[in-house]
Amino acid sequence: MKKEFNVIADLLPNNTRVLDVGCGDGSLMNLLKEEKNIEVRGLELNQDNVQQCIHKGLPVIQGNAETELHQFPNQSFDYVILSQTLQAFYKPEEVLRNLLRIGKSVIVSIPNFGFWKVRIKLLIFGEMPVTKTLPNTWYNTPNLHMCTIKDLFKFCEEKNINIKKVIGVNENSTSIIKKRNLEIKNLFSKLGIFLIG
Amino acid sequence: MPSLAGLFFWMNIKLDNIKKLDVAKPLKLDCGKTIKDFPLAYETYGKLNNNKDNAILVFHALTGDQFVTGTNPITNKEGWWVTAVGPGKAIDTNKYFVICANVIGGCMGSLGPKNINPDTKKPYGLDFPVITIKDMVRAQESLLEHLGIKKLLCATGGSMGGMQLLQFCATFPDKAFSAIPIACSSSHSAQNIALNELARQAIMADPIWDNGKYVTKNVQPKNGLAVARMVGHISYLSEKGMQEKFGRKLQEKANYEFSFNADFQVESYLRHQGYAFVERFDANSILYITRAMDYFDLSKQFKGGMIEAFKKQNTKFLVISFSSDWLYTTKENKDIVIALNASGADVSYSEIITDKGHDSFLLNEPEFLKTLKGFIDSMYEKFKNEKRI
Repeated sequence: MKKEFNVIADLLPNNTRVLDVGCGDGSLMNLLKEEKNIEVRGLELNQDNVQQCIHKGLPVIQGNAETELHQFPNQSFDYVILSQTLQAFYKPEEVLRNLLRIGKSVIVSIPNFGFWKVRIKLLIFGEMPVTKTLPNTWYNTPNLHMCTIKDLFKFCEEKNINIKKVIGVNENSTSIIKKRNLEIKNLFSKLGIFLIG
Repeated sequence: MPSLAGLFFWMNIKLDNIKKLDVAKPLKLDCGKTIKDFPLAYETYGKLNNNKDNAILVFHALTGDQFVTGTNPITNKEGWWVTAVGPGKAIDTNKYFVICANVIGGCMGSLGPKNINPDTKKPYGLDFPVITIKDMVRAQESLLEHLGIKKLLCATGGSMGGMQLLQFCATFPDKAFSAIPIACSSSHSAQNIALNELARQAIMADPIWDNGKYVTKNVQPKNGLAVARMVGHISYLSEKGMQEKFGRKLQEKANYEFSFNADFQVESYLRHQGYAFVERFDANSILYITRAMDYFDLSKQFKGGMIEAFKKQNTKFLVISFSSDWLYTTKENKDIVIALNASGADVSYSEIITDKGHDSFLLNEPEFLKTLKGFIDSMYEKFKNEKRI
């Protein structure tokens, strides 16, 4: 969702240092660099994506976030971004801890498994949901640890991770999520963006 | 076939006709000795533009030389990096000005152990001072001065070339806008020292070598040198690559000969590579250059190690490794990335997936060449913009 990148960009102050974990083809990095003069770095597993970043002149390190975050020193970035990949890790908690170690703040976005269409698919049709934000079927999905906005919210509370801001994102709208509107936003947001740390 | 002595005589005549810079400035070597008024042979490709912002310096590997592409005028063979450098290639000589110098200690025209020692009026042999990677790099700085280049668009090199490059960036932090170390290491591993020692011992075990004094007799310890080269060639391939290329195939025969001739294709390949090499390379040079590689340990040069070595960097790095390279492994290359990251440098890294081993950087590996091209072209745009501002 292009909207997601704009929301993330709005969360970031100009002239900061940002690590984009799972940076894909570098679209977000390019946006941040061009519009906010942000000093970007990317980490990406896929060779084609790495090449595309290099062609765009974006600094990218080929590697697996699950095993290779140790190479980044403590608090070496103002922000670390993890866009829609938390659910694909074997040990999401460990990855998250590492991100919080590397960045002064962390932005994590997740496809919301609590979105109403997803719930209906499972509740009414009894099938694993396939939607725009969750395009894979059960047997080929890279997602091992699907969660809802509410799940991640509770997780941060239980693990004493400071939540600075949570934003619910749909194609044409965004909304601030607080504890008081968590139930309803968890039902109507396709994507959740968490600013933590 | 001409005799080896004749061949060397002919090579030496040709070596008089190549580009050479006479480096007048004394260079104090790491070993404590000083060299001065020494030749540094080099070659250039393409044209330096008026802004002088399109220069790329290439550092060559152990057995390489300054003849990167086109035809090597001494050996009449193709340049060693013809896959990557040339008109329309990844490092496009229509666009960029490519420079490469023969390392000191080498044998393609730069000062080396077969040159005449001014004190004795005889070839140096083992009287040649032991040199280091740092010495090689410092000698080459004079060339940039001579060519009037203040800042290179890019510097690159694979294997020992990559080691020279890391040293270059650490010693001269503001001389390169970007740098591409390929399949190298910031310090030579025990395994690599062991392989180099094997090569040296092979040369020294050849009676013709005679403590390096063969140079005065116009002969070459070719058996020892050929074995040294064979060791190298084994280490440049991967186990899988070698199996696929040769397997157990026999060399132009249907059955074993029940002899010690080259029955297997892989044997024939090694013998060919080994004995072809003795026609173009000086055995003492192998001793000196492999020694320089073994002594290389960037972290030892700086208090605080590698991170300190790269602290003053504004250079933008792209580190490239090859998945099946067991000589300079992905892990060793990643350690460079980690150090660069820790020192806050601008660094990219790509691991090219291939079965072709360490040799990959010299071969037509499309993914590698694409990455190289993408990086250099994007750096050129940045460098031009930066200069304009």
